Amino acid sequence: MNLTLKVWRQKDAAAPGHFETCQARDVLQDMSFLEMLDVVNEDLLARGKEPIAFDSDCREGICGMCSLVINGIPHGGQRGTATCQLHMRHFKDGETITIEPWRAKAFPLVKDLIVNRSAFDRIIQAGGFISAYTGGAPDANAITVPKPTADAAMDAAACIGCGACVAVCKNASAMLFVAAKVSHLNLLPQGKAEKDKRVWSMVSQMDKEGFGNCTVTASCEAVCPKEISLNFIAKMNRDYAIATLKGE
Amino acid sequence: MNLFANIFKSSLGKKYIMAVSGCLLCLFVVAHLIGNLQVFLGQEYIDRYGNLLQTNIEILWPVRVILIALVVLHIWSAAALSLENKAARPVEYAAYRPIGSSYASRTMLMSGFIVFAFIIYHLLHFTAQVRYINLTGQNFKAFIDPQGRHNIFKMMVVGFSNGWVSAFYILGVGLLCLHLSHGASSMFQSMGWRNATYRKFLDGAARVVAVLLFLGYISIPVAILLGYGKAALR
Amino acid sequence: MNLDAKIPGGPLSQKWDKHRFDMKLVNPANKRKFEVIVVGSGLAGASAAASLAELGYCVKCFCFQDSPRRAHSIAAQGGINAAKNYQNDGDSVFRLFYDTVKGGDFRSREANVYRLAQVSNNIIDQCAAQGVPFAREYSGLLANRSFGGAQVSRTFYARGQTGQQLLLGAYQALSRQISLGTVQMFPRTEMLDLVVVQGHTKGIIARNLLTGEITAHAADAVVLGTGGYGNTFFLSTNAKGCNVSATWRACKKGAFFANPCYTQIHPTCIPVSGEHQSKLTLMSESLRNDGRVWVPKRKEDCPKPPGLVPESDRDYYLERKYPSFGNLAPRDISSRAAKEVCDEGRGIGPGGLGVYLDFADSIKRLGENVIRERYGNLFDMYEKITGENGYKVPMRIYPAVHYTMGGLWVDYNLMSNLPGLFVIGEANFSDHGANRLGASALMQGLADGYFILPYTIGHYFASAKIPRPSVSDPEFKKSEEDVRNTISKLLAVRGKRTATSLHRELGKLLWERCGMARNEAGLQTALKRIPELREEFWKNVNVTGGSGDLNQALEYAGRVADFMEFAEMLCFDALHRRESCGGHFREEFQTAEGEARRDDENFACVAAWEYQSPGRAPVLHEEPLVYEEVHMSTRSYK
Repeated sequence: MNLTLKVWRQKDAAAPGHFETCQARDVLQDMSFLEMLDVVNEDLLARGKEPIAFDSDCREGICGMCSLVINGIPHGGQRGTATCQLHMRHFKDGETITIEPWRAKAFPLVKDLIVNRSAFDRIIQAGGFISAYTGGAPDANAITVPKPTADAAMDAAACIGCGACVAVCKNASAMLFVAAKVSHLNLLPQGKAEKDKRVWSMVSQMDKEGFGNCTVTASCEAVCPKEISLNFIAKMNRDYAIATLKGE
Repeated sequence: MNLFANIFKSSLGKKYIMAVSGCLLCLFVVAHLIGNLQVFLGQEYIDRYGNLLQTNIEILWPVRVILIALVVLHIWSAAALSLENKAARPVEYAAYRPIGSSYASRTMLMSGFIVFAFIIYHLLHFTAQVRYINLTGQNFKAFIDPQGRHNIFKMMVVGFSNGWVSAFYILGVGLLCLHLSHGASSMFQSMGWRNATYRKFLDGAARVVAVLLFLGYISIPVAILLGYGKAALR
Repeated sequence: MNLDAKIPGGPLSQKWDKHRFDMKLVNPANKRKFEVIVVGSGLAGASAAASLAELGYCVKCFCFQDSPRRAHSIAAQGGINAAKNYQNDGDSVFRLFYDTVKGGDFRSREANVYRLAQVSNNIIDQCAAQGVPFAREYSGLLANRSFGGAQVSRTFYARGQTGQQLLLGAYQALSRQISLGTVQMFPRTEMLDLVVVQGHTKGIIARNLLTGEITAHAADAVVLGTGGYGNTFFLSTNAKGCNVSATWRACKKGAFFANPCYTQIHPTCIPVSGEHQSKLTLMSESLRNDGRVWVPKRKEDCPKPPGLVPESDRDYYLERKYPSFGNLAPRDISSRAAKEVCDEGRGIGPGGLGVYLDFADSIKRLGENVIRERYGNLFDMYEKITGENGYKVPMRIYPAVHYTMGGLWVDYNLMSNLPGLFVIGEANFSDHGANRLGASALMQGLADGYFILPYTIGHYFASAKIPRPSVSDPEFKKSEEDVRNTISKLLAVRGKRTATSLHRELGKLLWERCGMARNEAGLQTALKRIPELREEFWKNVNVTGGSGDLNQALEYAGRVADFMEFAEMLCFDALHRRESCGGHFREEFQTAEGEARRDDENFACVAAWEYQSPGRAPVLHEEPLVYEEVHMSTRSYK
């Protein structure tokens, strides 16, 4: 099939950006969205033009490097699917596809479709860990974790840090990302010791980075490639309230 | 960690303020409706109820002050959060398509603004009883019932008999209920009093409550437009 | 050059303990005077950087991705082995050690593997303490599953995302150190050269991928945790960005590359769908716990929908050939068996390059829900890529390049022949021999990073005592100059072909001539073609843009240039190793039944290659493999 792409091109953060139209010819159903872009880039290169810059790495939906807002929806709107796992069989011949980068003040644009998501790293650095130094651990079975707790922690821990939750949120809020990490660690018995400090530090850093606030629209969970639930945000709100009331 | 800073400066704290103020205002909206529905019991009941409120200023004014404070907090937190939200996305998408979110959840600011304007009108209309805005040309303050009390029954019947006024009420209440259909569940989320088990129930309950409130509130102007109370007044 | 592996004396089970006592220590107050560069932030790199910083060393960590959390360890699905024996099924350190040595076809270093098995238990403890959400039983105790090449259930897992969870654990530990200021992190920065001053590794030259700025970094030691070279084959299960550049450039600076011909072809990948394919996707080997592998008995049945092939006409070839391991036969054996049936014309799917992985029996026995609980995410992934529902129709799978057992040569201390250069994780060669067992890569990466390197690097510092040079040292200036020249050269070609098309051609050549089965004639052809292709690359590659900003075409072309050089060494090694073992199968050396035939007399050794100069064959150095405790037997999974 043949497609028309409207792609956001921007040389760097300072330069003004614009949409550029290009053609994707002979696209196959079995191609992934990024493979389709690879083919377009090969074509651009062959014509001596600069290829479209976009992020990707593992291409199996787990590293969280790929982004792209496709026709107005981060990762293209297939349930539980990252852009790299989105396949062209979901598009129609002759369609025009608009491709934009993640848009958020906290994710400054780097080039074309690439943004800087280091804000997420700084939030993790603020407290998204359990302070277990290497070598000091007791036997792994010394602390039992009830299966439902372990399962819930895993549900939250599945986050790949892609930032689609921020990209889709009308307020560019990072609550789902932060809540997922807070919940993963706060749910587990191993993480209880630092529970209050963790939620406080991570929320403070999130606020500092310039993300918006949660208005509970639930669009984040709708686009999350790992289908992380909005309920974790409620849990983080609860943990933060407890930490606040304790005044620690 | 400082309690005050945590609540008034952090994003989550501001959401707590919004949720708690919203929750209390929501309870007021319910109580207000129950009070007002007494209009259907006849003049004696609604006038007695109104008189009870108006003559006990020791209760009336503290309640009013609290309500005003709640409205101020609710609006302040909404304004502060919304400004941050706007700033968080300096460049808009060209082809944004909403996904997974309800219309009500995306329009809370808009519905909130219009409801606020409606409340101002409502206070001028029935509380301050400003003559120029009731569109009937009558002075509501002059309505006195046979017992010498303010004739609230007559004020409501005359007030809502104007189609434009009733229409604005229906619109205002409609948007209030749209606002509540999202807000009444979302406040549990913001306070952290929601989990996978309660979420469906709370989302459903918020919608049911919103619809019931809407039906309850509009029943008064609709009934009056359809002729209720005219006979009693004659 | 004498390749001294520095294996400590004494009985196998006491070597590591003894060595830990014998190694010199660095006084806690002195540790902060030592700077360590860690390149790569995967399981090995991140765990090493975090652990070294915890000890007090000043660490600089580099990764080419936008965040250390994205390293390709994240994609490991199935699990991580440990000799905990929580299942009471007869596991022990010795059994894990033995399975790994046997799985590696007796081509790994005994002492290293034993140590790996010993520390495997500490890894699980460490990760559980970090909050890795391992699967649990209802009791709250840890759950296990079984994996290829083992008859005990010793694999710990976190759904189908074990690598992700372990990496996030290490990333979080690293993040904590970054917040404490003990690690300086350099994301989107690529190492482009290693700097050796007076025989000791003292730094790197790196390029900031956002600004194009080239910077020199001096240190007291350099640790490479930069992964494997699977992407030399173009199509592999590795991430797009995985490359050989860091290890190859170290090799060009004098580090020996050991056993490059040991490449693992994973049996359960989703088959290639067309020319456009940018990478292949692995389906965890754990699927073989409940899936049965088959092809039709007769060629004529291959085009038929699988449901129309009756049970009696199906050939469950793994169960038939290897009754005691069945569908859980090790990876090299399973892959080769798949190739064999496809070569016989009994393959299924497009081009006849595929076999079925069928869950119908398990679904009948356990119910769809149990299968969904165990492998739900894998079935979802399969459906996204192929558009087929694995619960209803059998999955189609085919082998693909997955892991590389070869890597830079290191001694028992994980130090290469270049003093001060440590190599950990997949980037080194040490623990897997000629074939890696499932769920062992995560174990090795974390063992190196958490529990081995932090000890051995201190020993180097305490004994070498070579001062750290400044970056104005002429060696740094020279390396910087070389790096700049290579970049200018790439940008100056302005030819007609893209780096992708040249890389794809190289990959195809290797897959055909140096893939699942190799022979002398094929390897000779490859060795003739690779230099031609390399010449074509340097004459005709087209790299647009400049070097002063983010330029993905330039980054990629640089990596392809290194694949073009490295591929030759890979083929030299494959040609030299005139035997079949593990992932290296030479058609000339097989038994009458088509199984691999080892030559322990001549090839029970590590082949470590020394780079010479462009166009000259590398020089071979051999390290004999001496087995003190294990008897080298013929590997049989029948």
